[in-house]
Amino acid sequence: MPTYSIENDDHTVVTYVDKKRWFWLLSLVNPLIPFVGIAGHYSTGNPQWLLLPLVLMFGMGPILDWMFGKDENNPPEVLVPQLEKDRYYRILTYLTVPLHFIMFFACAIWVGTQSLPLWGFLALTIAVGFADGFAINTGHELGHKRTKLETWLAKIVLSVPAYGHFWIEHNRGHHRDVATPEDPASARMGESIYKFARREIPGAFHRAWMIEHQRLCRKEVPVWSWHNEVLQSYMMTAVMQIGLIATFGWIMIPFLIIHNFFSWWVLTSANYIEHYGLLREKQENRKYERCQPHHSWNANHIVSNLLLFHLQRHSDHHANPTRRYQSLRHFDDLPQLPVGYYGMYIIAYIPALWFKILDARLLALPHIQGDLSKVNIDPEKRSKIYAKYGSANV
Amino acid sequence: MSEYHCPGCGYSYDEAVGDDHEGYPPGMRFADLPDDFVCPSCSVRYKEDFVDVPQKDI
Repeated sequence: MPTYSIENDDHTVVTYVDKKRWFWLLSLVNPLIPFVGIAGHYSTGNPQWLLLPLVLMFGMGPILDWMFGKDENNPPEVLVPQLEKDRYYRILTYLTVPLHFIMFFACAIWVGTQSLPLWGFLALTIAVGFADGFAINTGHELGHKRTKLETWLAKIVLSVPAYGHFWIEHNRGHHRDVATPEDPASARMGESIYKFARREIPGAFHRAWMIEHQRLCRKEVPVWSWHNEVLQSYMMTAVMQIGLIATFGWIMIPFLIIHNFFSWWVLTSANYIEHYGLLREKQENRKYERCQPHHSWNANHIVSNLLLFHLQRHSDHHANPTRRYQSLRHFDDLPQLPVGYYGMYIIAYIPALWFKILDARLLALPHIQGDLSKVNIDPEKRSKIYAKYGSANV
Repeated sequence: MSEYHCPGCGYSYDEAVGDDHEGYPPGMRFADLPDDFVCPSCSVRYKEDFVDVPQKDI
């Protein structure tokens, strides 16, 4: 395992070994989970194997997080440039790109060529939809980097979940507007995930299109052209998905609709929990304060962080969006989620449970301390929330 | 002609070069960028956060 080291001006030497180095290989697991179902079905002939990927997806993350706990380790800041130059870490992000394509086509071929019971079809389709939702996570990590290769890999991998606008929407829209009422990708207190999805999915697409429209107008280039970076990824999606329909027939239509929806749903789930209720204050110049570390929720659970390229160290990501995943840091006294994202997803899908756990945690944050004027509240729930918590001392 | 750096992520806007991807042509002054300009790389820093870097000698 490589040791990074540097000699300071006072001749003291700082060294660092990333003990998680080989465990980052876990990040390759997400795209491959549906393979377990296909392999089991192929080798035994029993379609019940097709249920296993869903069980693994929903069960593996929370259980492994519970077993292995939290990790608060940070690399020494002075060695971060060396850590970021280590190509091993970025090769892992590159490798996940073909894995998403392979798994997507493998599942499509399986659905298109095998006679599956309806529940088997649904189980495998939803599982690959969830797995390819994590292609958006790969696209997220790659899309924040400034090399041409990584930017293109982001656009390419985002074609699998049919979410090509994400790169622009997230980098230029969400990061600019995060934790404000204007951001369709920041959830408001009192807003269930089901209500949030109806605002987030169309709102994100509209914002991406408007940002790209403005850029192309400045360049005096037609919006409907290959230069449109929203359309570049969608062109790849169209080729793949129309090709599948042409090859395997109409069974691909429900397969693709369900697959795409559940891929988007994974992103909706992550967006929902990452900034729930958090609010940047408006300054005297009517601009919002710069995004601060307390404007994101975090989780330090080691397994889910390894599976998600440290996405859960979200405060540092928003403060330093171009920082590579292996360098993202934990900080004390930041908004912390009670469990990792996989567990939080399940909690989010049960709104009553979500509000019970998160609302109290939100209002107890040091920078809020029960002050509802510092919370991003769903306008339709404002009076109800003020009636419940307005004078509360949480 | 000056160069302006984002203090957060290191993106730089060189007035002599502009930013072709963003549609800002060579010679466009930093002051003439839109008031709501945010760093095209990190989207965290506002226009007023950018630091003017003295031009290097040729």
